[in-house]
Amino acid sequence: MTRTLTGPAVPTAEQRATRRRRTLVVLAVLAVAAGAAFLTVGVTGSWDYALMMRSRRVAAMVVVAVAVAFSTVLFQTVTNNRILTPEIMGFDRLFVLIQTAGVFFLGAGTVTSTDPRIRFAVEVVALVAFGAVLYKTLFSRTERDVFVLVLLGVVLGAMFTSLTLLVSRLIDPNEFLTLQDLAFASFNTVDQQLLVLSAVVVGIVAAAVWRLLPRLDVVALGRDTALGLGVEHRRVVNRALVAVAVLVAVATALVGPITFLGLLVANLARQLLGTHRHAWVIPGAALLAVLALLGGQLVLEQVFGFNSSLSIVINFVGGIVFIALLVREPRQ
Amino acid sequence: MIEIESVCKSYGGARVVDDVSVTVPAGGITSLIGANGAGKSTLLSIASRLLPADSGRVLVDGMDVARTPGPVLARRLAVLRQENTMTVRLTVRELVAFGRFPHSGGRLTAEDRARIGEALDWFELAPLADRHLDQLSGGQRQRAYVAMVMCQGTDYVLLDEPLNNLDMRHSVQMMRMLRGMADELGRTVVLVVHDVNVASAYSDRIVAMRDGHLVAAGPTAELMTPELLRKVFDVEVDVHELGGRRIAVPWS
Repeated sequence: MTRTLTGPAVPTAEQRATRRRRTLVVLAVLAVAAGAAFLTVGVTGSWDYALMMRSRRVAAMVVVAVAVAFSTVLFQTVTNNRILTPEIMGFDRLFVLIQTAGVFFLGAGTVTSTDPRIRFAVEVVALVAFGAVLYKTLFSRTERDVFVLVLLGVVLGAMFTSLTLLVSRLIDPNEFLTLQDLAFASFNTVDQQLLVLSAVVVGIVAAAVWRLLPRLDVVALGRDTALGLGVEHRRVVNRALVAVAVLVAVATALVGPITFLGLLVANLARQLLGTHRHAWVIPGAALLAVLALLGGQLVLEQVFGFNSSLSIVINFVGGIVFIALLVREPRQ
Repeated sequence: MIEIESVCKSYGGARVVDDVSVTVPAGGITSLIGANGAGKSTLLSIASRLLPADSGRVLVDGMDVARTPGPVLARRLAVLRQENTMTVRLTVRELVAFGRFPHSGGRLTAEDRARIGEALDWFELAPLADRHLDQLSGGQRQRAYVAMVMCQGTDYVLLDEPLNNLDMRHSVQMMRMLRGMADELGRTVVLVVHDVNVASAYSDRIVAMRDGHLVAAGPTAELMTPELLRKVFDVEVDVHELGGRRIAVPWS
């Protein structure tokens, strides 16, 4: 064991790896236990019906957890910071705005009669374009103060929300009902068809991104170091940003915006696993997200009998973590 | 051999590198000297494909750096920039291991591990290998970064101000290690150096720049003259021979 004169014993690489593996296993066991509890606790009446309804929600939570874990960790890597997430920069609110604007300009009839896959593809393309503009203008080349970026994200998010409200007031009340079906999703109203589609999309994106992970480990060292180590920085960043946009779109379409979930689980995963390797952090973040969603919902429903919004609880905890991270961030 | 052919680079109308052509032969240490803003760092960045040139090209052993695929070039040429702030928290061993990325793509082989061990030993980092970078002193951290670049195992190593923030003891230690890399391992080392006397004491060749132009390039002894240094730095300088080295002393 390496022991230095001044400090305490430093764990070796092997000890760190063992600890990481153990942490991930514990998280997996906890997530499975939470899933089992969610399915079985407090069932009254027909078990078949309860299990069917609940397993659909568990499936939705898993899909969202994976999407949020991948999108947050990737976004933080390519933007080289640990505080901003796609949701904080307004991606999810923009997605809702795009949906609303679609109903307003094209009419509910056109929107609902379009194949949901095409509709989703169009919405994702718009989101990718926004991500590209945001990255080009804000994150490439120059180092920017993270506080300015946070402020900008808040302003963009507020603007998208206000625009969504404005457009939805202008919409014909009948069409607004269609919009509500589309855009105000939550874990309590998961659409079966959309769930299957989302799971497939998340699976494909995750598989595609998995091969990028070693290169993303290098990208996290910064642009110049990554280029010096032979990583085609721009190509990797572009692919990661497309993946981020698709995953945010999927998660938002499925259950609506949960702003601080990604921030919470990505940072917690890094802290618990003590590494920045994507192949560790992303599974860790996904398991933590499953735990947060299942555990949060379970507590809300069973303990508080408060059959309402989980995003409020997650955003409350996540918001506190966000502020703590901002306060700790050293000013340049 | 690094061939720089009529390279130009402008930032918002200002020519930072203006039609520079110079050849750095293989082997030894070459120092880029010049006043602040002379374009040394920009030229080094272009030569290591971190920055695209507006015109002109750079060939490393005949490969155009702007067109060669990143992984291919990364096995031939390594570069270290001046500022290395990372949002990622790494141990020394993890950082040095990244030097093997161009060879292994993130999956370390037995050979990679041997090379990492060599680099840690070479830069006397073995006792610190499992510490995090933020637990090290500035000199130790700088050594860790250079160890990563050395671990890349390239024929060419380009370093932008490797002595930045190092005190006298650590500067000398760093230059000795770089000298060893050139002499014992046969690497070609190119440095941007602030201190003319460091360049004089440790390098085989000097490339002198001023206002984006190449002033002179050649063996150290030929370039360490009062006339040339005046041209480069616009300051009156005496050059004395001390212990077989030419030392510049600026008039006060």
